[in-house]
Amino acid sequence: MKTLADLKKIREKAQEDMKLRGGNVRIKIVVGMGTSGIAMGAREVMKTFLEEIAARNLTDVLVTQTGEKGLSSMEPVVDLIEEGKPKVTYGNMNPDKVKKSGG
Amino acid sequence: MSLKRIDLLICCGSGCVSAGSLKIKERFHEVLAEHNITSEVNIIETGCMGPCDYGPVMVIYPEGIFYKKVTVDDVAEIVSEHFVKGRPVSRLMLHDEEKAIAAQKDVPFYQKQVKVALENCGYIDPESLDEYIATGGYEALGTVLTEMKPQDVIDLIKESGLRGRGGGGFPTHIKWQMVHDNKADEKYIICNGDEGDPGAFMDRSLLEGDPHRILEGMMIAAYAMGATNGFFYIRAEYPLAIKRIKMAIEQAKEVGLMGKDIFGSGFCFDAEVRTGAGAFVCGEEMALIHSIEGMRGNPTPKLHILLCRSWGKPTVVNNVETIGNIPTIFRKGAEWFSSMGTEKSKGTKVFALTGDIKNTGLVEVPMGITLRELIFDVGGGMIGNHKFKAVQLGGPSGGCLTVDHLDTGVDYESSKNAVP
Ligand SMILES: Cc1cc2nc3c(=O)[nH]c(=O)nc-3n(C[C@H](O)[C@H](O)[C@H](O)COP(=O)(O)O)c2cc1C
Repeated sequence: MKTLADLKKIREKAQEDMKLRGGNVRIKIVVGMGTSGIAMGAREVMKTFLEEIAARNLTDVLVTQTGEKGLSSMEPVVDLIEEGKPKVTYGNMNPDKVKKSGG
Repeated sequence: MSLKRIDLLICCGSGCVSAGSLKIKERFHEVLAEHNITSEVNIIETGCMGPCDYGPVMVIYPEGIFYKKVTVDDVAEIVSEHFVKGRPVSRLMLHDEEKAIAAQKDVPFYQKQVKVALENCGYIDPESLDEYIATGGYEALGTVLTEMKPQDVIDLIKESGLRGRGGGGFPTHIKWQMVHDNKADEKYIICNGDEGDPGAFMDRSLLEGDPHRILEGMMIAAYAMGATNGFFYIRAEYPLAIKRIKMAIEQAKEVGLMGKDIFGSGFCFDAEVRTGAGAFVCGEEMALIHSIEGMRGNPTPKLHILLCRSWGKPTVVNNVETIGNIPTIFRKGAEWFSSMGTEKSKGTKVFALTGDIKNTGLVEVPMGITLRELIFDVGGGMIGNHKFKAVQLGGPSGGCLTVDHLDTGVDYESSKNAVP
């Protein structure tokens, strides 16, 4: 490391690895992980989100989870919360829809 | 490819370790494997988070949820409920009357605190150079070395109003200026990590919890006065602090943040650790210097009251916490620093709260906060609602203050005046 620019490069990479601890989050994806959500495949949905985000190198998208949302007939349910926009809720999610929604 | 979705920060300050946090960490590894989600969770051992009385404590991100008094038996529930189903475990949270306080930022213990020296302590992995860099680490050093002259550095410290945290409260810039102005072929900087005061663990926690910060601060100070070698004097009773500083030095050397021609500026610096045998007097700067020189740790007179010499060369001895403030002062500015505190005591002060109060632990508060706020708001008041009788401020050379002094501000001047 010889310059401030070198340091900045390392910092950006390191911040990416620490993004869960706050800071730079533009979009939050909240997967409903109640018993019925899990039974309907919410874990697969969440994993696919994680994989797609990593594959596309999206550094400001965070995946978290929540408990039962009371929408059992629509599980797996996913909320997409984007800064400054109204929350969007998607029902009947599956891994294929996750892949498509990333576009 | 990182598929992590949870950062689990387990406090591994000495208090939590003795309460069992390392066993809890091992248990997390087992249970995560049972649930097949090892790849989704980062387990990070941090330095002291502060509220030692609640230990073992942990914080779970992205939500920032704070759990206290966790046991090995609680781990299975945390994983199956919180990590798998997204339902944080309310019974492990702190409660205010009946209501659970979920987020760490809402815990009353932290409300009046302002973290400068402790900024990263309990938040980053102290053994990771990358995590320190992620929080802005070494940016101050880079800027200082490439854009500032040594005198500018001293002037900025003067403007900030920083005074020594080792007890004397001496203005840091005056000591630096003395060594800067003294021509010599070699000069030294010594970080005083002796911390002999009974019950004190501020400096240990800083060295353990954020070692790179102390390294960076030391190098900025060294550049300002023209020192090319540094020593960390740490007592042998602090093995983890010694290990972490040694590790930080190795990591910094490996990437060229320490050694020759740092940031291409021509500035060269090397540092090493010297362990002390734990004599209280060896915290005094001349006794300390003799101990480093390999002689008996006796305090001896100096030729000039302000100028220390080791091996006959001009030397500055600064306390760990003093040095720990330096990187942030350069990152955020002298004005920012001097906006905190009182007229003559700027910035914040770290305290180790011990005794018959509810929230024993490690805290950092603005200079000038009253003893009442420190003891009752941050410290949570007396155990079992007993009546407050007296507080011992500082170490053996400090003094005892009674209930009449509860509204005394905690800063260099007021506390000195209050002590009978
Ligand atoms: C008996 C005695 C013990 C001391 N112990 C310590 C100590 O444990 N840690 C410390 O930083 N300073 C200690 N000091 C103060 C140091 O001599 C010195 O002033 C200080 O390290 C300077 O750092 P500062 O200017 O950053 O505060 C002690 C002083 C005396 C007289």
